[in-house]
Amino acid sequence: MSDETMTLFSPRLAARLDALVEKYPVRRSALVPMLLYAQDEVGYLSDAVINEVALRIGITELEVRNVATYYSMLRFKPAGKYNVQVCTNISCMLRGGFEIYERFQEELGIGHKSVTGDGLFSLEEVECIGACCWAPAIQVNYEFHDDLTPELVPGILDAYRLKAKQPSNGSLPLGSNAKTEGTDTHA
Amino acid sequence: MPRLVSHPDEVKIVTRRFGLGADNIDRYVELGGYESAKKCLAQGPDWIINEMKASNLRGRGGAGFPAGLKWSFVPKQSAKPKYVLVNGDESEPGTCKDHLIFLHDPHAVIEGTIIAGLAVGAKLGFIYLRGEYRYLLKIMEKAVADAYVKGFLGKNIFGSDVEFQIITQTGAGAYEVGEESALMESLEGKRGVPRIRPPFPAVVGVYGGPTIINNAETIATVPHVIEMGAAAYAEVGSPRNGGTRLFCISGHVERPGVYELPMGYNLKKMIYEVAGGIRGGRGLKAVVPGGSSTPVLLPEEIDIGMDFDQVSKAGSMLGSGGVVVIDDQTCIVEFALRTISFYQHESCGWCIPCREGTDWLKKSLMRFHAGFGEAKDIDNIQYLAENMLGRTFCPLGDAAAMPMLGFVKKFRKEFEEHLNGKPCRFAKHGSGVLTVV
Repeated sequence: MSDETMTLFSPRLAARLDALVEKYPVRRSALVPMLLYAQDEVGYLSDAVINEVALRIGITELEVRNVATYYSMLRFKPAGKYNVQVCTNISCMLRGGFEIYERFQEELGIGHKSVTGDGLFSLEEVECIGACCWAPAIQVNYEFHDDLTPELVPGILDAYRLKAKQPSNGSLPLGSNAKTEGTDTHA
Repeated sequence: MPRLVSHPDEVKIVTRRFGLGADNIDRYVELGGYESAKKCLAQGPDWIINEMKASNLRGRGGAGFPAGLKWSFVPKQSAKPKYVLVNGDESEPGTCKDHLIFLHDPHAVIEGTIIAGLAVGAKLGFIYLRGEYRYLLKIMEKAVADAYVKGFLGKNIFGSDVEFQIITQTGAGAYEVGEESALMESLEGKRGVPRIRPPFPAVVGVYGGPTIINNAETIATVPHVIEMGAAAYAEVGSPRNGGTRLFCISGHVERPGVYELPMGYNLKKMIYEVAGGIRGGRGLKAVVPGGSSTPVLLPEEIDIGMDFDQVSKAGSMLGSGGVVVIDDQTCIVEFALRTISFYQHESCGWCIPCREGTDWLKKSLMRFHAGFGEAKDIDNIQYLAENMLGRTFCPLGDAAAMPMLGFVKKFRKEFEEHLNGKPCRFAKHGSGVLTVV
């Protein structure tokens, strides 16, 4: 572990990652979860995160990047504090997934993989998220919202705007959600 | 919370604890949980495998391979440790059954994993969930931790001298990782690129050790098979197709949802009675019977029993149990385009027929749907798809090609209607340009 860990990761995350590498018969099995958990806190896989993960697993940065670029949830630039992921795959499409996606584009004034000016939201069109029978569905960070209609979109965004204003969230860096209670639970 | 549905024709075996708070370990035990694992511990490996074979339980991930037979391929003696790997990477479009299993009955997954471990002599099991299922991973992690506290997992499970451990694992977004060999690669901290087989995972799997890989639904079904007895379980389904299946009915139906119905249940009845028929009283155009990889069925082709053999006979596949219902106001070219866009996005790029094939199919369909198609494009789509079949290391190439062949062959007229710049009768989304990259 490098000295930078102290500033890069919270003590809680650092401890979690320490435990993670010990969990598997082979250390490298911790790589994919480690990248995801680090991203949850830092917001994206910065050069510093890649470096730190490489040190923790004991592989080169190039090997880390080689793996990280494969997985669609991993990103190399910051997302919004709340990353809105709209499924438009077949089951969602049939029940209005594109209309939901279009409404989010209108409301936020941004397109695919873009971030709002205030850094609060980012938007992504995503592949099937496993909520086909409750379509159309979206995820905001890890939170599912099912059975949507375009009319519900402004209310969803307002709820997150309100959440962002809550004092407990005030000091969080943009793109961070790991420390926000309830962001990765089901709606 | 995802909505739970119910219908009188359902036979609730795997779903019988849904909505009863069985994510709580005491409640799970109260509802008969972990008795099957104890029984298996007493009976031993040969008995378990024989029961599994007799149950006719076939893999719920999509291929339908008999689970008991798969387990019997694991060598009894092995220099390397053996493993159980539960595939909860559920990402086949149209499929959301494992979602409910992890949510409502996480201990059934654990118990099934223990039984699989006992059957083949593995001491360690992995339960792999797709990255998007973080809230479900938390539920699974808590369930595993609770099972350790109770002594159902650990060095001496249920007070015996048998060891069995479980590790939960998260993915980070990749359809391809649902393929068993790519799943192992991902678990080992690598890109989810498939392995060349043979050797098969039962011989050389995770970390080079013999490995059982089963879908989460298959594994969650195992304790019920043991509890009911193999013969009684097999009796529920159709010949060579034991038990029930969690059918995920989505799309243009009145009551979409995950319904547990006996194997061999009539598809037409499933759509018109169980799921309440086509939404808004519209007509039926087509049905994708087993997730987006399976060739489409026409309305006149759906009077069939939903089991692996009967759907295969009808020219499609039972697949993952994702029944996607398409009404008569839907553009099939757009549906085909959205389907191929998914495979193009998810192709790992290792095999050229899949990497190039999905890309050209997407390009052709985009142009076609935008009204710039030519007559030869229809044949070209078919030619491209036919040349992908059987020419890739993993089934993703076939999974992309098979539905395309179905659309082109069964809806040629609708493709032809798109020619010469004619606007699509059902056009909803402009040129059909997708932003997914």
